[in-house]
Amino acid sequence: METVMLDTGISERGDMQKSRVKVGIKKLDLFYSDFQALKDVNMDIEEKKVTALIGPSGCGKSTFLRCINRMNDLIPGCKVTGDILIDGTDIYKENIDVAYLRKEVGMVFQKPNPFELSVFDNIAYGPRTHGLRDKKKLEIIVERSLRHAALWDEVKDRLNKTAMGLSGGQQQRLCIARVLAVEPSIVLMDEPTSALDPISTGKIEDLIAALKNDYTIIIVTHNMQQAARVSDYTAFFLLGDMIEMGPTTRVFQLPGDKRTEDYITGRFG
Amino acid sequence: MTANDRWSSKEMILQYRARQKRRQAIAYAFMYLAAAFAVATMLAIIGFIFTKGISEISWEFLTSDVHDAGREGGILPIIINTLYLVGLGLLFAAPLSVLAAIYMTEYSKQGILIKIIRYFTSNLAGIPSIIFGLFGFMFFAKILGWSWSLLSGSATIAIVILPTLIRTSEEAILTVPAGYKEGSLALGATKWQTMVKVVIPTASPGIINGIILGMGRIVGETAALVFTLGSGTDIASSLMSSARSLSLHLFILANEGISTSKAYATATVLIVIVLILNLIAGWFGKRINRYKDAR
Ligand SMILES: Nc1ncnc2c1ncn2[C@@H]1O[C@H](COP(=O)(O)OP(=O)(O)O)[C@@H](O)[C@H]1O
Ligand SMILES: [Mg+2]
Repeated sequence: METVMLDTGISERGDMQKSRVKVGIKKLDLFYSDFQALKDVNMDIEEKKVTALIGPSGCGKSTFLRCINRMNDLIPGCKVTGDILIDGTDIYKENIDVAYLRKEVGMVFQKPNPFELSVFDNIAYGPRTHGLRDKKKLEIIVERSLRHAALWDEVKDRLNKTAMGLSGGQQQRLCIARVLAVEPSIVLMDEPTSALDPISTGKIEDLIAALKNDYTIIIVTHNMQQAARVSDYTAFFLLGDMIEMGPTTRVFQLPGDKRTEDYITGRFG
Repeated sequence: MTANDRWSSKEMILQYRARQKRRQAIAYAFMYLAAAFAVATMLAIIGFIFTKGISEISWEFLTSDVHDAGREGGILPIIINTLYLVGLGLLFAAPLSVLAAIYMTEYSKQGILIKIIRYFTSNLAGIPSIIFGLFGFMFFAKILGWSWSLLSGSATIAIVILPTLIRTSEEAILTVPAGYKEGSLALGATKWQTMVKVVIPTASPGIINGIILGMGRIVGETAALVFTLGSGTDIASSLMSSARSLSLHLFILANEGISTSKAYATATVLIVIVLILNLIAGWFGKRINRYKDAR
C-alpha cells in the first residue's frame, strides 16, 4: 500500500493571503471503550494563528489535542470517527504515515519531558530519528532551535551536560526547541505552563507570540488570562462538546453561549 | 468544642513532635543495629574464609595448572573457565531477556506467549537449580549430544538466570516515565526507535543491575553445572570441552576430601572475583549513563 505524505505546502504560498484553514475537524467523535469523550466536534483552525482550548478539567481538551497528532492511537480501546483534515488530507485515512504526521504536528506536554541525554542530544534526537547524521547540520539545527526557543544563551556553555539539570522552565523551552528541530508546521501544547513559575510562564508566552509567525499553534490552557493574552481564537469545551469558537476578544467579551459566559466569569469550572 | 475553638495548641504540637522524634530515634537505632548485624555477619564469613585461605594463595597458585585432581598445583584453568562460563551464559541470557522484556512491556499485553513467559518468570525463579541441571543433562548433553561441556553448562546456566533477568529488565523498563516515550513518539520516532534510543538507555542501570545479579548467580552456581559442565581441569579449548568452574572445583575438593586448604584458597579467589565483577559492572553502568557528547 502506498503511504500518503501530508502536503503542507508551506513554500508555494505567498505571505499576503490572510486566513487559510490549516486543520479542519469534521464530526469528530471519540470513545474510550464505552465512554464518549468527544461529541460531534466541528472546528476550523486557522494557519499561523494561536488557537486556545479552554474548559473545565475532564471536558476533553487533551483528548481533542491528542487526536491531531494521533497520540490517542497509543491508548487501547480508543476509537475515533469523523475526519481531521490537515491541509486537506485526512489524517485518519488508513494509509497515512503516522510518524511523518507527528513530525509535522509537534507536541509539547504538560510536564516537561526531556530525555536523560545531553542538551545537544535532546535537540538532535528528532532530526537523528528522522535519519539526519551530518554533524555540521545537526550543530546548526541545535543552535537554531535553541535560539528560536529563546534558550540558547542560557545553555550554550552546557550543551554536553545532561538536560535533567536545567530548571523546569528551561526544560520546557528545551522541549519546545526539540519540537522545533523537527520542523513541524503545527505545534500542539497541552497546558505547557501549568507546572511552571510565573516568570518561566511569561517567557513561554512570549515565545508563543514569536512562534506564531511560522507555526500554527493549538494550546490547551486552564488559565483564562493566558488564553486572552496569547491566543487569536478561543474554543470552549464542556463535557466533550465544543460549545463555541471565535476570535478570542469576541469570545471573552461577548460570549455567544450562556455556558461559555458562566465559565469565563467563573461561575463554574 | 464549639465552632471557634482551635483543636491545636502550640504546647500540644511541640509535645507531640518531641514524642515523634523520640520514636524516630528508637527506630533509627534498630535500623542501625539491623544493618550493622548484616554487615558483621558478612564480614565474619568473608574474614573466616580469607584467614583460612590466604596462606595458601600465591602467585604460583593463581598461575599454574591443576595437578593431581587439585591436591597440588593451582587454579588458573578454573579461573579462566569460570570467566568463559560467565561470558557465554550472559551472551545467551542477556539479549534474550531484554528482548523478551521489551516484547512483554511494550508490544503485547495479552496473548498466550505473554502468559507463558509471565508464568515462566514468576515460577521458574524459585525452582531448585538441580532440576535445571537435570534438564540440561537430558536435553543439552544427551538429546542434543553436547555432552559435558562449556556449551551445555552455559546453556543450562543461561536458563537458570533467565527468569530473574527478564523480571529485572521488565521492571527497569516499566519505571521509565511515560512522558519520555510520548516525547519520542510525538517527534515521529517509531516504537522501536523509541525503545532503542530512549527507553532502554534510561532503563539500563536497572538492566545492568539484573545482569550483575545474574553474574553472581553464575559464579556461585554448582548444582546446575554438576551434570552439564563436566569436571575438566584444563583451560577449555573449545565450546565442547569439559570444564570446571570455581564453585564446582570447590565443591569437588571439599566433597571428595581432596584438600581442605586448597578449598579455602579457592573460596577466597571466588569471593575476590565476585567483588571484581561487581566493580566492573558498576563502572560499566556509570559509563553508559554519562550522556557524553555524541557530536
Ligand atoms: N486513557 C483514557 N481512558 C479512558 N478515559 C479517559 C482516558 N483519558 C481521558 N479519559 C476521560 O476522558 C475525559 C476527557 O479527558 P481529558 O481529555 O484528559 O480532559 P481535559 O484535558 O480537558 O482535562 C475525562 O472524563 C477522562 O476521564
Ligand atoms: Mg488535560
